[in-house]
Amino acid sequence: MRFLTRGGRSPKPRASLRRHRAARPLLLGLSLLFVGTLYAALTPAAPSSAEGATDQQLVAQGKNLFAVNCASCHGLNAEGLAQQGAPSLTNVGAAAVDFQVRTGRMPMANPLAQAPRKENVFTDDEIAALAAYVASLGDGPGIPTEDQYNPAGLSPEDVARGGELFRTNCSACHNFKGAGGALPNGLVAPSLQESTPKEVYEALRTGPGQMPVFAAGAVPDDDVKSIIGYLEQVNATPSAGLTLGGLGPVSEGFWAWVVGIGGLVLFAVWIASRGARA
Amino acid sequence: MAKPAELNPDSPALEVRTPPKDAGPGKLAGPATWVDDRIGLAKLAGNIRKVFPDHWSFLLGEIALYSFVILLLTGVFLTIWFKPSMAEVEYAGTYELMHGIPMSEAFASTLSISFDIRGGLLVRQIHHWAAMLFVAAMTAHMLRVFFTGAFRKPRELNWIIGIGLFSMGLVEGFAGYSLPDDLLSGTGLRFVDGLVRSIPLIGTWAEFFIFGGEFPGELVIPRLYMVHILLIPGLLLGLISAHMALLVYHKHTHWPGPGRTNRNIQGYPFFPIYVAKAGGFFFIVFGVTILMGALMQINPVWLYGPYNPSQVTAGSQPDWYMGFVEGAIRIIPNWEWHILGTTWSWNIFLPGVGLMGLLFTGLALYPFIEAWITGDTSEHHLLDRPRNAPVRTAIGVAGMTAYAMFWLSGGNDIIATQFHVSLNAVTYFMRVAVFVAPVIAFIVTKRICISLQRQDAERVLHGSESGVIVRSPDGGFSEAHVPITPGEAYSLTRHPQPKALVPNGKKVGRLRRRLSAWYADGQLPKPTAAEIAGAAHHGAIEADHGTPAVDAGHDAPALEGSDAGDAR
Repeated sequence: MRFLTRGGRSPKPRASLRRHRAARPLLLGLSLLFVGTLYAALTPAAPSSAEGATDQQLVAQGKNLFAVNCASCHGLNAEGLAQQGAPSLTNVGAAAVDFQVRTGRMPMANPLAQAPRKENVFTDDEIAALAAYVASLGDGPGIPTEDQYNPAGLSPEDVARGGELFRTNCSACHNFKGAGGALPNGLVAPSLQESTPKEVYEALRTGPGQMPVFAAGAVPDDDVKSIIGYLEQVNATPSAGLTLGGLGPVSEGFWAWVVGIGGLVLFAVWIASRGARA
Repeated sequence: MAKPAELNPDSPALEVRTPPKDAGPGKLAGPATWVDDRIGLAKLAGNIRKVFPDHWSFLLGEIALYSFVILLLTGVFLTIWFKPSMAEVEYAGTYELMHGIPMSEAFASTLSISFDIRGGLLVRQIHHWAAMLFVAAMTAHMLRVFFTGAFRKPRELNWIIGIGLFSMGLVEGFAGYSLPDDLLSGTGLRFVDGLVRSIPLIGTWAEFFIFGGEFPGELVIPRLYMVHILLIPGLLLGLISAHMALLVYHKHTHWPGPGRTNRNIQGYPFFPIYVAKAGGFFFIVFGVTILMGALMQINPVWLYGPYNPSQVTAGSQPDWYMGFVEGAIRIIPNWEWHILGTTWSWNIFLPGVGLMGLLFTGLALYPFIEAWITGDTSEHHLLDRPRNAPVRTAIGVAGMTAYAMFWLSGGNDIIATQFHVSLNAVTYFMRVAVFVAPVIAFIVTKRICISLQRQDAERVLHGSESGVIVRSPDGGFSEAHVPITPGEAYSLTRHPQPKALVPNGKKVGRLRRRLSAWYADGQLPKPTAAEIAGAAHHGAIEADHGTPAVDAGHDAPALEGSDAGDAR
């Protein structure tokens, strides 16, 4: 640390010129401050640069996750592989990724006709990274915020109207209370009774599988909230006895024969087996 | 002035007669005598000791009767609050999830019965379960009558009345199912609207006649209400009365057995035994129906919502008894003609109207067809065991199988989702199964019947298995057989066996001859008296050799080729 001295052996300086012992650290500190200030003044807009760095990290992380978990079917650049039956993901948006991965539908375990709901093995951060990567490829709906789908605070009339909207738009496939139903060629409209409000919202906006997209122009956020509110409340309503599978007249007829006729025949056998006793 | 006539002191007219004091049947019988003097109760009371035989399967019809009584009672309760009107109202009742939804008054009053009337939901559910049981019990009763041959002469007319009751029951159930005007029943009504419109030439006209214009209109619920609470219950009551009057007139059939003939009836008298048994069974049926209504949810219309023609929910099915029509329509290929701007919807007409017509016509005609095939003109008061009429039993099971295939097709979407199979696969399978499965069922059932006949012959000739294993001196093992009682042997051998018609003198057509040969074919001739005597002798010889009353071997004379008529 001799950079402030001249030569190897300096002559003995005069006392007035002799530097104080603290001068060197002070000078070092000042110069660092100067350079730092200069850097801060000359580099471009600080906030965007800082967030851009993390976003790019997220996208990069997502790209890596995508390459490991998704690319075998959807292609390395999410362009889709026709021979795998996997669609291009360039314009599906973050909401689609959030829905498909969070409900465990993607990645698929088997190449079935339809991706079934299963346990999700990704963390929230990983899903966010994947969503960020796919969102970076093109347009598409983003992940909704809670004020878009949370049905809290709806009036009874709003919820009842949600029921009417549900019966009109959704019940043809998902059944009158969202228990699900059959579609052609081995496909099904899944039960909505496990779905969270966020998932229902995302499904409406992204149209997973056979489901059509219900865009905000057709079903505004308020109506989606009503539908979600109705679904939650109708499934929380107590039933009038055992629901017998809740499948409508088919299961009712089955139990009428088993419990009704079956039980009464047992009684009939018992009655006929008793003779007349005086 | 005329002179008074001479009085004859011996004339009985002059006797002072007072009613004998001790002739009356006592103080308590006063009201009975009073009634008897006016409506002839004593004559009716002759029937009070009417004898009925005891068997569980004879109680199936009673379940139907008692369900009908329950339906009348609960139905009266429901009519007090139900409003059969299609006028539109905005719901403002207790059920929050329907607040402000426009609906018909019929649906609103159904919601009000369910949520606002004390016990209303329970009674609604009892009524609906009783309706399901009513039709189911009629079906079960009809199958019992079919498989035991109880429809034969002289009961053909009562069978036809029964078919009338069965078909009326379907219409009654469907009308009642439609009344709440909920989404599911409205969809069912739309389905029937389609059936009506598919009738060639008159379809559209008939639709306008029924609905008073285009579907759904504003008339159909009030009209169905009239049908449901007045027209069909009246017809049902009349037919039930006729059905039971004929039952009393013909007397009940009974199972063959010792002392039971075509001319007598063994069992217990109506009073007091069957009053207790049948009365008790009524309360059991009522109790089971109430329990079902209390514990098992049925037709939750508040979940379905009001009917709206723009909505159809997944899993739309009718109640079980209309399921076979639904199924037939679900699986039929899309056959339609388009001729000169007109549409001929065979895809709806054949499975809908055609299949129902086929079922009821076939059922109604069956007694006459069978009598024609067998040439049997005698009266039958003894029942057939199903195994002893193998072809009839096989026809019945084949019919049930065909019905079941159509029935399952009606729930093809439920099958697809519950068992994780493709809806298309279920549909294609059913298209084949409705034709193939009945044939398989026919063959299998006939084989089983003949095997059971073989088992009967085995019991008659060799006795029943004793469970005792005997070791012979030379080391062989065999099971000792115990002879069956003469009573059982009689029961097992008394039945007449169908025989192929042979043209002796009378001309028998080719088709009829073939059918009767087919009807009689394959059955095991029952053991003849000679064979039974021979087998008994065989057993007796063995008894002399130290194995008492036992037929250890299976070396009895062959059953084939013996004459069926001897043991009668």
